Amino acid sequence: MTYLAKSPWIIHYDASSCNGCDIEVLAALTPVYDVERFGIVNTGNPKHADVFLVTGSVNEKNREILKNTYDLMPDPKVVVAIGICATSGGIFRECYNVMGGIDKVIPVDVFVPGCAARPEAIIDGVVKALGILEAKRQAMNDRPAAAAKPAGDSV
Amino acid sequence: MIPEPYSSIINAIIYLLLAPVVGGLIAGIDRKVTARMQGRVGPPLLQPFYDVGKFFEKENLVVTTTQNFYALSYLVFMAVAGALFFSGGDMLLVIFAFTLSHIFLVLGAYASFSPYSHVGAERELIQIIAYEPMIIITAVGMYMVTRTFYVGSIVQSTTPVILYLPGVFIGYLIVLTIKLRKSPFDLSTSHHAHQEIVKGVTTDFAGPNLGRIEIAHWYEYVFLLGVVYLFFAWNPLIAVAAIIIAYFLEILIDNTTSRAKWQLTLKSAWLVAGTLGVINLGVLYYLRMVVP
Amino acid sequence: MQIVQLLLFLILFPLIAAIFLLFARKTFESGWIVKIASLGIGVVSLYLLAAGFDKGGISYAVSGWAIDLVMIIIELVIAVYLLYLGIRHRKYSAVILVLVQAALILWFEATYGHKIELSYNLFFDQLSIIMALIIGIIGSLICVYSLGYMETYHQRHPEIVDRRRMFFFMLFVFLSAMFGLVFSNNLVWILFFWEITTFCSFVLIGYSQTEEATSNAFLALSMNLLGGVAFAAALIYIATMDPSGRLLELNTLIYSGYVFAIIPAVLICFAGLTKAAQLPFSSWLTGAMVAPTPVSALLHSSTMVKAGVYIILRFAPVLMGTSEGLMIALVGGITFLLTSFMAISQSNAKRVLAYSTIGNLGLIVACAGVGTYNLMWVAILLMIFHAVAKSLLFLCVGTVENRIGSRDIEDMGGLIERMPKLAVMMFIGMAGMFLAPFGMIISKWAAIEAFTTAPFGLVFIVILAFGGSASLFFWCKWMGKILSVMRHQENVETGIRPEKWVVLYILTGLVVMVALIFPLISSTLIEPFVMQVYGETTRLAQANITIMLLMLGLLIIMPFSMLFSRKAPRIAPPYMGGMSTEGGMKYTGSMGISHDLVLSNYYLKNYFGEERLSMAGTLVCWGLILIAFIMIAGVIL
Repeated sequence: MTYLAKSPWIIHYDASSCNGCDIEVLAALTPVYDVERFGIVNTGNPKHADVFLVTGSVNEKNREILKNTYDLMPDPKVVVAIGICATSGGIFRECYNVMGGIDKVIPVDVFVPGCAARPEAIIDGVVKALGILEAKRQAMNDRPAAAAKPAGDSV
Repeated sequence: MIPEPYSSIINAIIYLLLAPVVGGLIAGIDRKVTARMQGRVGPPLLQPFYDVGKFFEKENLVVTTTQNFYALSYLVFMAVAGALFFSGGDMLLVIFAFTLSHIFLVLGAYASFSPYSHVGAERELIQIIAYEPMIIITAVGMYMVTRTFYVGSIVQSTTPVILYLPGVFIGYLIVLTIKLRKSPFDLSTSHHAHQEIVKGVTTDFAGPNLGRIEIAHWYEYVFLLGVVYLFFAWNPLIAVAAIIIAYFLEILIDNTTSRAKWQLTLKSAWLVAGTLGVINLGVLYYLRMVVP
Repeated sequence: MQIVQLLLFLILFPLIAAIFLLFARKTFESGWIVKIASLGIGVVSLYLLAAGFDKGGISYAVSGWAIDLVMIIIELVIAVYLLYLGIRHRKYSAVILVLVQAALILWFEATYGHKIELSYNLFFDQLSIIMALIIGIIGSLICVYSLGYMETYHQRHPEIVDRRRMFFFMLFVFLSAMFGLVFSNNLVWILFFWEITTFCSFVLIGYSQTEEATSNAFLALSMNLLGGVAFAAALIYIATMDPSGRLLELNTLIYSGYVFAIIPAVLICFAGLTKAAQLPFSSWLTGAMVAPTPVSALLHSSTMVKAGVYIILRFAPVLMGTSEGLMIALVGGITFLLTSFMAISQSNAKRVLAYSTIGNLGLIVACAGVGTYNLMWVAILLMIFHAVAKSLLFLCVGTVENRIGSRDIEDMGGLIERMPKLAVMMFIGMAGMFLAPFGMIISKWAAIEAFTTAPFGLVFIVILAFGGSASLFFWCKWMGKILSVMRHQENVETGIRPEKWVVLYILTGLVVMVALIFPLISSTLIEPFVMQVYGETTRLAQANITIMLLMLGLLIIMPFSMLFSRKAPRIAPPYMGGMSTEGGMKYTGSMGISHDLVLSNYYLKNYFGEERLSMAGTLVCWGLILIAFIMIAGVIL
């Protein structure tokens, strides 16, 4: 059992969602569901986060930001796509500016469908993601330390 | 008893080994009590240890490799300063050693050239200069009552320091809010979800560096509460009770206030130091001059 | 070699070098003269240390009416020259002051001059060694640095007339005068050398001959002359008290007791305050920053202004426990507090350094004014640490300015990539100014502890607490600025002349070394001196010294930790809310216009602005000085 599973910090990004799923995500953080008892903390900083919760169907403007935010998360990390829009574009799938699901931009580990996804489903999805996170961590342990090469200059 | 200087060294080693454990537990109690105040269940008591364990399982993501140096130096000098305090050293030297470690955190934030880290660093500096006069006055106040700057002697003193330094004590509690990074003075960074400038000073630190910073905070908690102990050192039971009450008050204030601007932080901290602290010392000075 | 011969050598040799420099025809020649002369001065200063460290308080008889006559003639020639310049530039306050001072000196010579026979004109003790080392080592290093600096200076400013021969002439005359000042026991001689340094400062500030430089030069002249007038008045008073001139010997005067010594002490300390640019006289020093950087480093941070505090230090035993001493100490303390605040709001690097200098001098004055034995110890320690670290910082800023064309801190961002070696040197210099376990913080720590046992010490402790915190702010934000890694910056450190590098390396090494060996300096030089003057001395506890050396050791080995990381780190851009940072840090504004990211420091001008604070400081300090004068008027009456 890694520490990652006991202390998963989440970052939540709204990739042009209608905010329905976002409200449900935040509801999970309220005292009613209180995910902090699992050690989950909502941090707004990708560099501190392990689990990336994304809602919304990605469009041209925020695909870059989605990618950058994902890249700024240190390994190991998991992505949970929340809501049907994040999974496949939902009812906006046919729109001209919509990419149609975040897995077109970043690799996704868990899909949580729904419109809006229920807090229980979200929590369930996050728990599944934690299992995947642990597996990734174990894989990192088995591979030696040259997991990532420094890119660019170093001072 | 074990003779000097061996007892000092042993104390220092005990501090270096145990303080992270004690500090982490304090952090855990903090989160639990906060959660209960907010009507939640809250994380398990050992959660801070899980957090730090997780940090060390993450990738070392940096903007520049100098950040590794700054984070490590922050931790090392924080531990050294605390060890100095608990080995009974000169209180002023302890204060300056702490300042040294904080400077490394600030430099680490500056090094990353990020807007959030930069603002966090500026605010952190303002916080440092806000509380520093008060803690120097605290050290001088303790000297005036116990006639020594050495923590080892202050702790063994039988004088009820708090009775002579009430103003200084209240002043210290007020700047303790700043040092513990509790609302309303959690400008530069704060624990958990209180975002304003993302994470302020710690924005561009990740993984192991974040773990080191967190452990450094634990070392600091033990030192800060140790200073509270000094005010009541003549009676250890009362001292421990005072620590518990003081920390509980800090948590209460944290949960019931909102963040202040830096202007208010600086002004109020300096005002408190200048009035409560200086007047307290002035009265002591006068009494000692008049009453031999 | 006898000590007195060494003293005379140090006074006269720079003078000879100066004259050679005035007539050197080629830059090549003058370069060699400067280097050889600097080497000579440095070596002899060290030799003086070796020969004299265990000898304290010796007076030497070097007499001759010819010397006095030569001094008077030189003083008059300078006075006439200054009058001419003052009238030509219409700076009438300077003209008046020159006339007043000349009149006082002439009257003094006429009335008392021929009656006075002083036996011991030179004096030597450990404080003289310390000052001689500062002048001899740091001074000569700066002279060597100036060779390279002035070359680049004139390349960058072709509109300024090249008067380098006069420049170097003045630098070495200045060194000679400083040696004379610290080795003299005869107050008339001290005043002579004092005025020579004023004159050197005046000429060197006005080097570029621009409107600004000229008016700042005259400002410096006026304020220093005001001090000189007070000094001359002190001489007249002493001679009136004792026409034999016995009390014109500094050591005799100091030990003659309160009644005899307090009035000259206050007057001469007033002169010291003007020379050390304390409030209300600080504007001349901040204005003097228009001068070329070596001038700022040599005169206006490590040496000439130290003469001001040196003389106050000499008089500390007289001032101890007196209300007049307290007034002077408060002037120093308030200066420290307010200039530390004002430095926060400045972005001009040299101005920040100027304010920091004035502040630290104020701290030394505060220690000297209260004058107990442990404060004296602290003051000397402060002097040494400050001279070394501040000169390094000035020279670094000068080099940086020559390279990047700006002396604004906001333009120094990312210096660690553009000029890595200089950035590290500046880091060490700044650390020397405010970080444990380097010198200045040790001194401030010792000062706080010393003030606890001094009368009215609480006021000064509070000043130190607030002023020290303020100074932390402006140093650390500057430090952060130069250490920030902005990526994609090119290295512009090439092309700096080797002489400059040698000097910079030596000074950096000195900063570290002084922090390491200060216990040795204390036990060899400072403690014996304090013992001799007060009969008791102090030192830092051995345990604390060990702890500080440990910390310094840690600090030195910590950077090597960067070589040993278990996993190679992944470099990623800073967090910009998810914005791309390819091609630099930019924001997209409205209409899709791209803006570069600019991060600037806080200057808090509304709180720590110059105008309000300097006005407050001027008022308060003039008030304190007037109180001191009223007190000594009371003693006369």
